[in-house]
Amino acid sequence: MTLNRRAFLGTTAALTASLAAPMIARAQAVPRVVVVGGGSGGATAARYIARDSAGAIDVTLIEPQRVYHTCYFGNLYLGGFFDYDDLGHTYDGLAANYGINVVHDWAVGVDRDAKTVSLASGASVPYDRLVLSPGIDFVDGSVPGWSVSAQGRMPHAYKGGTQVELLKAQIAAMPQGGTFAMVAPPNPYRCPPGPYERISMVAHHLRENNPTAKILLVDPKESFSKQGLFEDGWNRHYSGMITRIGPDMGGAAIEVDPAAMTVTIDGVVEKVDVCNVIPGQRAGQIAFAAGITDGNWAPVSAYDMTSKMDPNITVLGDAAAQGAMPKSGFSANSQAKVAANAIVSALTGSRAFPARYSNTCWSLLDTDDGIKVGATYEASDTGIVSIDSFVSQVGETADVRAATYRESLDWYTAITSDMFV
Amino acid sequence: MRSARAIIGALVLAASAATSSPLLAEGDPAQGDVLYRPCRACHMIGDGAVHRVGPHLNGIVDRVIGAVPGYEFSDALAKAGAEGRVWDEAALDRFLADPRGYFPGTRMVFRGIRTEQDRLDLIAYMLAEGGRSDGAPMDTADIAVDPEVATILAIAGDVPYGEYLSSECTACHRDSGGSDIPTIRGLAPSAFIAGMVDYRNGTREHQVMNTVARRLGDEELAALAAYFANAD
Repeated sequence: MTLNRRAFLGTTAALTASLAAPMIARAQAVPRVVVVGGGSGGATAARYIARDSAGAIDVTLIEPQRVYHTCYFGNLYLGGFFDYDDLGHTYDGLAANYGINVVHDWAVGVDRDAKTVSLASGASVPYDRLVLSPGIDFVDGSVPGWSVSAQGRMPHAYKGGTQVELLKAQIAAMPQGGTFAMVAPPNPYRCPPGPYERISMVAHHLRENNPTAKILLVDPKESFSKQGLFEDGWNRHYSGMITRIGPDMGGAAIEVDPAAMTVTIDGVVEKVDVCNVIPGQRAGQIAFAAGITDGNWAPVSAYDMTSKMDPNITVLGDAAAQGAMPKSGFSANSQAKVAANAIVSALTGSRAFPARYSNTCWSLLDTDDGIKVGATYEASDTGIVSIDSFVSQVGETADVRAATYRESLDWYTAITSDMFV
Repeated sequence: MRSARAIIGALVLAASAATSSPLLAEGDPAQGDVLYRPCRACHMIGDGAVHRVGPHLNGIVDRVIGAVPGYEFSDALAKAGAEGRVWDEAALDRFLADPRGYFPGTRMVFRGIRTEQDRLDLIAYMLAEGGRSDGAPMDTADIAVDPEVATILAIAGDVPYGEYLSSECTACHRDSGGSDIPTIRGLAPSAFIAGMVDYRNGTREHQVMNTVARRLGDEELAALAAYFANAD
């Protein structure tokens, strides 16, 4: 029997098919996790899922930025305690060390029936489990007169990155004796002590460079995180520099005019030199596109951070309505580990352990004067609940405060390693 | 004419050229007692002292480095001991001035004491309270282990559970260690458990660690200790 050309080709085709088949079968058998958002929640989740599944799960991380700048410690940059470049982190480690497929693109839609994520480039990425960790967006109309289009005049500087650089440049350009204004956000918002640490850091910069300048803090809230500690610090370090206008004095009835650089408080127009507007917040846009929100946030199970609207979607960090945890990078990192364990267990049959969460938020008042607040948490049917907590005390020694600050520096290195290295 | 600086310089030179005993003579044990208080969280000294997070310090002066029975020392200290080095006053003084500078690899979390007089006072206190090593090997029967620590050490740690629990630790403790938040990877189980028990009981104070430790049961501590002991 002679092997004719057609038969030869057919054999080759069959051979190719038999070689290729196992690869296709494997590609289909390996479950796919897609993570949207490469911040504290998303980067941690991607890293832990890829690491703990050791190749048994295909992990794709979708994040538009090639260099991620943390929002936390951005205030220390404003105060001159931290370099801007040190706030930036790349995704090289996640790709190289864990085989994570990092896609720099915007996720713009989720088809929950087809289980695909659509990208701004037009591509579509299939998933078995989807993790959304998009952080925050701003509520339209939260601050009358302000919109995202005004962020060049009145920066929010509340998502990290270039906005924080812009705010620092504006503060540096303030005239001697000028006024820095902040419009603080209503609850709930990202990083509860964040606006007040920022006030401290701006005050530190001004005391050193522009000592006759004033700070006007317009706040719609009756009270705020670590208030006693912040006010004690402001009295000790920046006496007479900071004026806080709470809701009793019109702090909730304001309007800004970015063109005129004015803040109108209860009808009184104040001319200011810098105005940092931190608007009211909601979950990042993709959570709304996915249709998993209720009000401004995405409700989740406290046991594994899965969406209450779709068990194949996990929501982490600021975007999630989970109960008692503050919206912070530490919280998102903690939630990501619980979620990663649950996802790896569901997809590979590995052991699942009970949810346990924790959070600590450090803030810097002035040189070597750090404070902190934190808690441990567990899951319940009604959401994540706090089981134990601590907070720095007014009157602590200088040694304690300096140690707290140094501790925060080590934490920053550790958590960014826990996310990216 | 000699300046004050030159005179002081000469005195310092004279002091450092002298043998170790006159150094000690300049230390005030009463002042050292006050200075020792933060040390006490990890190092017991005096009657009934046992190993805690750190080894007990009875007979520390002239003791062979990293060699007291019943305590698992870092490789750096154990190696020094194997080479026959001892904690004479000069070594203690240099170590206390800059622990990680003098002994890279030590697990002691302490930034050091800048003031020479403070170090001399502290060494004088340790000599008064813990005595001088006579060079004889220490009787291991004298080294009691804290019963609470012993109970947890006897539990076979569930390593996969420990790995899961460890993710709470790694938010702050990185593998290579910070200058203030130490690495805990590779820590001997006895030291890890002793430290966590002290945090759990509140005998060692740190707001974050006390809060973290209070919700860790014995099973959790054993699991964590087993995981960290072997984790690379």
